Amino acid sequence: MESRPPDAFLNELASIFPTGRLLTKTAELMAYESDALTAYRVRPYAVVIPERQDEVVNTVRICAKFKVPFVARGSGTGLSGGSLPVKNGIVITMNRLNCILKVDAEERTAVVEAGVINQDVSKAAAPYGLYYAPDPSSQPICTIGGNIAFNSGGAHCLKYGTTSNHVLSIKAVLPDGELVQLGSDSLEGTGPDLIGLFVGSEGQLGIALEVTLRLMNRPEAFCTVLASYNSLRNAGDTVARIVATGLLPGAIEIMDRLAIQAAEASVQAGYPPDAAAVLIAELEGDRDQVDAEFDILMQVIDTSQAQEIRVAQDESERMRIWKGRKSAFSAVGRLSPDYLVQDGVVPRGRLGEALEEIGQLSQKYGLRVANVFHAGDGNLHPLILFNGRSPGELEMAEKLAGEILMMCIRHGGSITGEHGIGVEKRRYLPAMFNNRDIEAMQRLRRAFDPQEIANRGKVFFP
Amino acid sequence: MRTQNGRIEQIQKMLERNVRVLPRGGGTKPALSTPARDEMILDMTSFSGMIEYIPEEFTFTAFAGTPLTEVVQILKDHGQYLPFDPPMVERGATLGGTAASGLSGSGRYRFGGVRDFILGVRFIDGRGDLISAGGKVVKNVAGYDFPKLMVGSIGGLGILVELSFKVFPRPQAYATWHRSFGSLEEALQMMRRASMAQIPLEALDLYAQNPGYSLWLRIGGISSVLPSRIGRLLEIIGEGQLLEDMDDEHFWYEVREFSWVPEGHTLIKVALTPKSIPALESYQDGKPLLRRYTAGGQVAWIALDDSPRVLEPVLKEIGLSGLVIWGPPGFPHLGELRGTSFLRRVKESLDPAFRFTEV
Repeated sequence: MESRPPDAFLNELASIFPTGRLLTKTAELMAYESDALTAYRVRPYAVVIPERQDEVVNTVRICAKFKVPFVARGSGTGLSGGSLPVKNGIVITMNRLNCILKVDAEERTAVVEAGVINQDVSKAAAPYGLYYAPDPSSQPICTIGGNIAFNSGGAHCLKYGTTSNHVLSIKAVLPDGELVQLGSDSLEGTGPDLIGLFVGSEGQLGIALEVTLRLMNRPEAFCTVLASYNSLRNAGDTVARIVATGLLPGAIEIMDRLAIQAAEASVQAGYPPDAAAVLIAELEGDRDQVDAEFDILMQVIDTSQAQEIRVAQDESERMRIWKGRKSAFSAVGRLSPDYLVQDGVVPRGRLGEALEEIGQLSQKYGLRVANVFHAGDGNLHPLILFNGRSPGELEMAEKLAGEILMMCIRHGGSITGEHGIGVEKRRYLPAMFNNRDIEAMQRLRRAFDPQEIANRGKVFFP
Repeated sequence: MRTQNGRIEQIQKMLERNVRVLPRGGGTKPALSTPARDEMILDMTSFSGMIEYIPEEFTFTAFAGTPLTEVVQILKDHGQYLPFDPPMVERGATLGGTAASGLSGSGRYRFGGVRDFILGVRFIDGRGDLISAGGKVVKNVAGYDFPKLMVGSIGGLGILVELSFKVFPRPQAYATWHRSFGSLEEALQMMRRASMAQIPLEALDLYAQNPGYSLWLRIGGISSVLPSRIGRLLEIIGEGQLLEDMDDEHFWYEVREFSWVPEGHTLIKVALTPKSIPALESYQDGKPLLRRYTAGGQVAWIALDDSPRVLEPVLKEIGLSGLVIWGPPGFPHLGELRGTSFLRRVKESLDPAFRFTEV
């Protein structure tokens, strides 16, 4: 049975938020019941829609006073259930805190509110020849605040790192309502790396309100090569050979047959539709260096049993290649009513083995699995297709996902490369860390949030 | 490879005995590794050696007390390097000491600092628990990021036992342009131009010369195209002298080893941005301070023959933070402290009984 929030609590929220920005009706709440991990749904007590930072701070203070759990949510694109509402708790939506407060071209920084869309930072920086490097596939809609909570990655992480490597300072409200300022405008610090700890803490150490991001020079030249193969193994071996040359491409991606077909059907990226795998490798930098690296790259690809090789001739062709890759998740959604995206990591050298094992698991469970992955950093994204209406299929899909994660750990990797633990992978955290490790994290969390009201039930079981 | 279980247990027993400890590696940063009060020094040099290095994965794991000379050499043998350019390698700095002090060299300009390359850590917390966090693969977001938290923790949050790092392939060749300027304004203007250049720089340093300033631009990459890139860089800086091959290598070796700091001087790291350089420079007028601004003006190294505390008021005034590296022991932080209440909570959770130094 659903319980009602204390009236006093709602009254205090109503003193901050006018009707329309404090949602309590069932129909209004439904849109917030899940994030991109749609298999889970929880209806919150209420949803608040702040427009100013102080409204977020005051909301957190009210939650702390009434011991009501809260979940901060950006665009809800998280794939691990990180912004799934908490039962008897509220959701704080951050989307309207979307001011880009400053782009400082000389210092190469941007100061933005947490609800700013990832891609909008790069758009604002573009007139100065700058961009914001982390590029999760959801970048046209995901927010910087969400990126910070989950230390989001993207296709270009190998060279320039994930979100954590691009955040200079954070103004945040802690779970007890205290406001803190972490980091500075400098890339360097002189004490423990508190930004490093905050980023990726899945909203449990506080809510980021305003952040200073590092911008980078937009490379002078890109060289994007697409090669198709008649087996995943050939594509995987090519990655190993590229890495062995000493090249450091900006991105190396692989998609398998199912993912290629889905992407083709969805955005017509021009991928060879009958290929078993495509490899996308992108070089970036100054023209001379990229040209020289291209020669080395092509020596590998030309001798790699590639069936078809395409080199993007201009920016529009390059964007088309990336559009296919970046739309792969949503495109796979066309093939199946439901899917689970996994995010395990294996050492690059184990990619071939890992993919074969995933293929075997797919057969064993009788569920189709499409593979899209950041081959450069061993980050797999198997998409497990299932029909949630068919009894037992979700459970089967989750079981298959679990086997994939255990395999990643067995290979010395990780259960998540960029999506976070959320609710989805809580049960696998103990396979990666022992009790003492997890207790240390829990103790740290409770030092900030003894009431465990900030994103309760994520990362750890409540 | 020896296991270190016996040594770890010894430390754990020590922590049970109500003593305060201060880990020390190579002792190359005495302001951070000399007891100020009653701390017992924990010599970490026996925690030494590469545990696992897989060149094709761009990763390695080593014990915290491993000398950087050893790490650097092993990586070099496989055409790889630590892109954050750790300082004081030949002086005897260790991997753990470098992470705990949070120091990166001029080469951090291109790809980031020690915080950007640390992947995993095993450390002993104040309770004596051996904690593992992070991982050994280049990408991983499982659990809280204790590895990054340990960067700059100066032994105050845990005793580092083992660390995993990401490495990169080493550029085939390097070259460096340098040019002198009469005024700070001119030098800063050129630094700005260089930082916006289409050619990615490996290092971009600005040194105060008393009088004048010098700017140093390093590029690296594939040997065959280095000459044309050197030419393009000259177009940006207009004129200057070129260092290549051994000359280039030797110059950056001396930068890295702080050969420019006279014996007995205090050395302070200041985190800043180029915009703060004029304020810091106007303060030094008439004072015998040696100043080097590295990593595109994100770090200032200041050396002086005086107590580091003389910098306290100016750093506070400009709103900068500093860390004493060489100098008397004691609380090494100078200037503006940020996030102190956040840090206090972290400290309480990892070191509730204050077995470690103040951080």
